[in-house]
Amino acid sequence: MTEKTSSAGGEFERQPVPDSALLGSGKFWGMYAGEHAAGTEFMIGPLFLAAGASLADLLLGLLLGNFLAVLTWRFLVVPIAMAKRLTLYYQLERIAGGSLVKFYNLINGLLFCFLAGAMVTVSASAVGVPFDISFDVPSNMFGLSNPSFTMLVAIVGIVIAVVAAGGYERVARVANIAAPWMIAVFAACGIVSLAQLDATNLAALTEGRFWSDAVTFVQSHDGEQSFGFWQIVVFAWLCNGAMHFGMADLSIFRFARHKASGWAPAIGMFLGHYMAWIAAALLLAALIKLQPDLALQTVAEGAEDVGLPGTVVANPGQLAFASLGWAGIICVVIAGWTTANPTIYRAGLAFQGVLPKTSRTAMTLVAGAVATIAGAFPNLSAQLLGFVGTYGTVLGPMGAVIFVDYYLMKKFGLRDEYATHSGTQVNVAVMVAWLLPVAVGLYLIFWKGLFAAYAVIPCWVACGLLYLVISKFTQKPSVLQATESVTDPSNPGL
Amino acid sequence: MYAIAKAASLISLCCVILPCLLHFAGLIGLETVKITALVGTIGWFIATPVWMSRKLPVDAAEVDI
Repeated sequence: MTEKTSSAGGEFERQPVPDSALLGSGKFWGMYAGEHAAGTEFMIGPLFLAAGASLADLLLGLLLGNFLAVLTWRFLVVPIAMAKRLTLYYQLERIAGGSLVKFYNLINGLLFCFLAGAMVTVSASAVGVPFDISFDVPSNMFGLSNPSFTMLVAIVGIVIAVVAAGGYERVARVANIAAPWMIAVFAACGIVSLAQLDATNLAALTEGRFWSDAVTFVQSHDGEQSFGFWQIVVFAWLCNGAMHFGMADLSIFRFARHKASGWAPAIGMFLGHYMAWIAAALLLAALIKLQPDLALQTVAEGAEDVGLPGTVVANPGQLAFASLGWAGIICVVIAGWTTANPTIYRAGLAFQGVLPKTSRTAMTLVAGAVATIAGAFPNLSAQLLGFVGTYGTVLGPMGAVIFVDYYLMKKFGLRDEYATHSGTQVNVAVMVAWLLPVAVGLYLIFWKGLFAAYAVIPCWVACGLLYLVISKFTQKPSVLQATESVTDPSNPGL
Repeated sequence: MYAIAKAASLISLCCVILPCLLHFAGLIGLETVKITALVGTIGWFIATPVWMSRKLPVDAAEVDI
């Protein structure tokens, strides 16, 4: 495998980041501040209430879960990122081989498409409010909403895909500019919702009837459900499992000058995954109190398979409009758009990596088409709590491969970065160690009903152990002997 | 110019947040909150692009898949 030693456009894609390009902690705090307040928060927050979580469990569970997530970034990702200073993509290529990394990216791209699809649904829900287009969630996972909403999803999806095909930078700049305002709108929605719920004094806030009444309303329509403290903790901890346990943020922290930069995700977690989730959940509680009819499933003419009339539906556009009017609508549209757009763009890049002869524009449009089709099935966005956990279960274990490769391989007399040294395009040890636990995890999630986020850590641990054990049997002694005298400049500590 | 734009952004952000707090305290109605939030939103997107041009992560578009 030949390494390019020059950086492409100063991006250091295939070489360690030099000291001259390192960044101070402030840059990371600024970047993470806007990173986790996105369109998904409008969907996830209300789902906690709809799932029957108690207010105390939510407040404390999110606090603990987000704290654990920050610790994982700081003590799992940052040490390896600062020691190697390579992207996740390139580190995996050196360990797993180029072809396996392409397959990993393909899976990543497909999952990105479904995430983007949920954001297309979110944006369409907001665009539909002024046109009085209702948001029906069918009972069937792959059932369509009413024709008007499906048409709206198609229009929104096409616009987002075309803009994404035009390039990443402009959309990313809009997202950067919108981030502080979006955080303010989330906070404003929460404050207004508390006022609408008459929770304006300490007694009402501590009593929490505004919340328990809303949960009772949901359960009287949807049936008994529970979402306990540890489910909330694990979900909050692992909903970004692909970023920390999965090591995707190696690509970010390879620029860190100080280990203290690893605390920066705290601002994203506590603004986006604490304040914004709670604010979004309060939106649903307020709508249930003030306009319960709007919170219930309707059966629009032409809707296909809307089998659960009278159940509670969290329509992000409707929720934001009831609380903050047009500013709320604009926020939901921009939040959904700025999340979906780079997601579709990155999915397009992943597809292009598999089919290098195709153009990026064509592959971005393909990714946009997949996302739009996914967005036409509203139940996919309604299943976001499960999807995010599944996402972490599938992608997270690759982080264990990097962890074991960095800390343990040499200690066990094995060759680290085996693909680089052996020249293989598919490291069988990595492939089996990744796919086997993931297959078991997916079986337990989809066939045995396991809460998806619970599978992330067991799959991660199993993947790491399997990688170590299988490597013991598959690594060729000739590779180890031929390279044991070579000093690896990107891994000076080992 | 940048200072004026930054001040306008700050005022716009205040237009989103402060009326909510006043509404929470029972001092103004929800319709006023909605109107000021919309004014703040428009103001933010006019003023902020003038001064905010934070550099993107160096490989955000290419590598972080």
